[in-house]
Amino acid sequence: MRTNSTVGDYQTAQTLETFGFLPKLTQDEIYDQIAYLIGNGWTPAIEHEHPSRSTDHYWTMWKLPFFGEQDMDRVMGEIDACHQAYPTHHVRLIGYDNYTQSQGVSFVVIEGRT
Amino acid sequence: MAVKTYDAGVKEYRDMYWTPDYVPLDTDLLACFKCTGQTGVPREEVAAAVAAESSTGTWSTVWSELLTDLEYYKGRAYRIEDVPGDRESFYAFVAYPIDLFEEGSIVNVLTSLVGNVFGFKALRHLRLEDIRFPIAYIKTCNGPPAGIQLERDRLNKYGRPMLGATIKPKLGLSAKNYGRAVYECLRSGLDMTKDDENVNSQPFMRWRDRFEFVGEAIQKAQAETGERKGHYLNVTAPDPEQMYERAAFAKEVGSPIIMHDFLTGGFTANTGLANWCRKNGMLLHIHRAMHAVIDRHPKHGIHFRVLAKCLRLSGGDHLHTGTVVGKLEGDRQSTLGYVDQLRESFVPEDRSRGVFFDQDWGSMPGVMAVASGGIHVWHMPALLAIFGDDSMLQFGGGTQGHPWGNAAGAAANRVALEACVKARNQGRDLEKEARDILTEAARHSPELAIAMETWKEIKFEFDTVDKLDVA
Repeated sequence: MRTNSTVGDYQTAQTLETFGFLPKLTQDEIYDQIAYLIGNGWTPAIEHEHPSRSTDHYWTMWKLPFFGEQDMDRVMGEIDACHQAYPTHHVRLIGYDNYTQSQGVSFVVIEGRT
Repeated sequence: MAVKTYDAGVKEYRDMYWTPDYVPLDTDLLACFKCTGQTGVPREEVAAAVAAESSTGTWSTVWSELLTDLEYYKGRAYRIEDVPGDRESFYAFVAYPIDLFEEGSIVNVLTSLVGNVFGFKALRHLRLEDIRFPIAYIKTCNGPPAGIQLERDRLNKYGRPMLGATIKPKLGLSAKNYGRAVYECLRSGLDMTKDDENVNSQPFMRWRDRFEFVGEAIQKAQAETGERKGHYLNVTAPDPEQMYERAAFAKEVGSPIIMHDFLTGGFTANTGLANWCRKNGMLLHIHRAMHAVIDRHPKHGIHFRVLAKCLRLSGGDHLHTGTVVGKLEGDRQSTLGYVDQLRESFVPEDRSRGVFFDQDWGSMPGVMAVASGGIHVWHMPALLAIFGDDSMLQFGGGTQGHPWGNAAGAAANRVALEACVKARNQGRDLEKEARDILTEAARHSPELAIAMETWKEIKFEFDTVDKLDVA
């Protein structure tokens, strides 16, 4: 019979939706996701927000969506620039899908510290 | 114009209703029936009888027929095809003029097409395989209250399927203990939980008490996780008045979604509830109890693809579609065929998926496909490959059967799901690399490692009863 000593305790955590339950993505893994986004013909976009407001629908846009951007390094560069400008904020990457009028990709790339 | 005279008596149906030269109009509603006639009855006569009995005809000529233009109103059997690999049955294609049907009424369409004709003595079996709804008719139906795109925006869930669980045991929990089970799932990786279909308002847990405790569970889980959560509060009720009362209270306690059983509740109730949801900004999850009674026999009844199309028109944001891999019946190609009907804006004819007609859905919002029933973490890669992002994957036993409890089970499923999404986006083959993908993910998640150990031997491998007709 299983005893309580073998049962683990699951601690509730603040999570940030898609990929919120995975370990932080490595630089290579982020590049893979950018490649997937661009490969689907979606438009990369970056948003940021202070962690205390992370549940809001609207985060602040970083510049405009990068329409027609095919260069992964430039997308990565913008993510870094956003993080430099707002070091305490979460930064998320979005792939706008204009056919479904939805987001094919949306996940937090950099977690801000409170 | 030829003069018509009244000639009392019984005519052969095919004289009037078998029209092989007819070219269907874009506005016609088309139906494909699989017919198995009584021995000795010619195919054309059977097909014509089906067309007649499901439209204007009756067994005898009547004088009042001459007061209308039956050539305009009659249904027409216009094509007959062999069923591959089956010598006793055949497909009959029937075209119905759009004016036979009340606008926006799935009830009216079904009452005609699957009414008396199914008891017709000249037939041994009859199955409605598919309906092509003309876009002109589709524009008269309101469809899903929100649809996939709006649901994602409201709930902030993108780029992945959503995760759910049906709360177990199905029956017998008190309202507070039930809310506990909901909270334990939602404080971890699940997006939604679900009332079982037979949870309505029984003596052990009345609906109002359940809604109150579940509402608190949702709010607390949202506050603690920072993610949006919901629970499908089942508002299926003995009568429409109580159904609406429950729906209003579900909104009051803060659930973003309610639930209805569209076949046992009926299409009138379902369409009304969908309208209520649209007006009140609520999502509508649809269960399908009773479907297998209607759709499982390969020669009689209504194929589920027809019921799925009818539900999209009547209204619902989620519909159960089977899992292909779990404990419930479902052929993969056939399932993909009707999942397309739920989600796409145009579905071309594809007999390899059991799709008999091109179907144009126009601007009608899409319905999320729900996979539920006997699935666990080992199925995750296949489920993502089969159902894609616009789906709701529900692990009932596969969440709450975790040795550490619901929260750990929910975390295990969420880790597995996200690992699969990440791998798919990286271009990996989910089904071939399933074991590697899950094993890698489990290195960072003791909850997933234990789930994989717990369910490693469970399989449901029985042959499908209702197969697609292929030679």
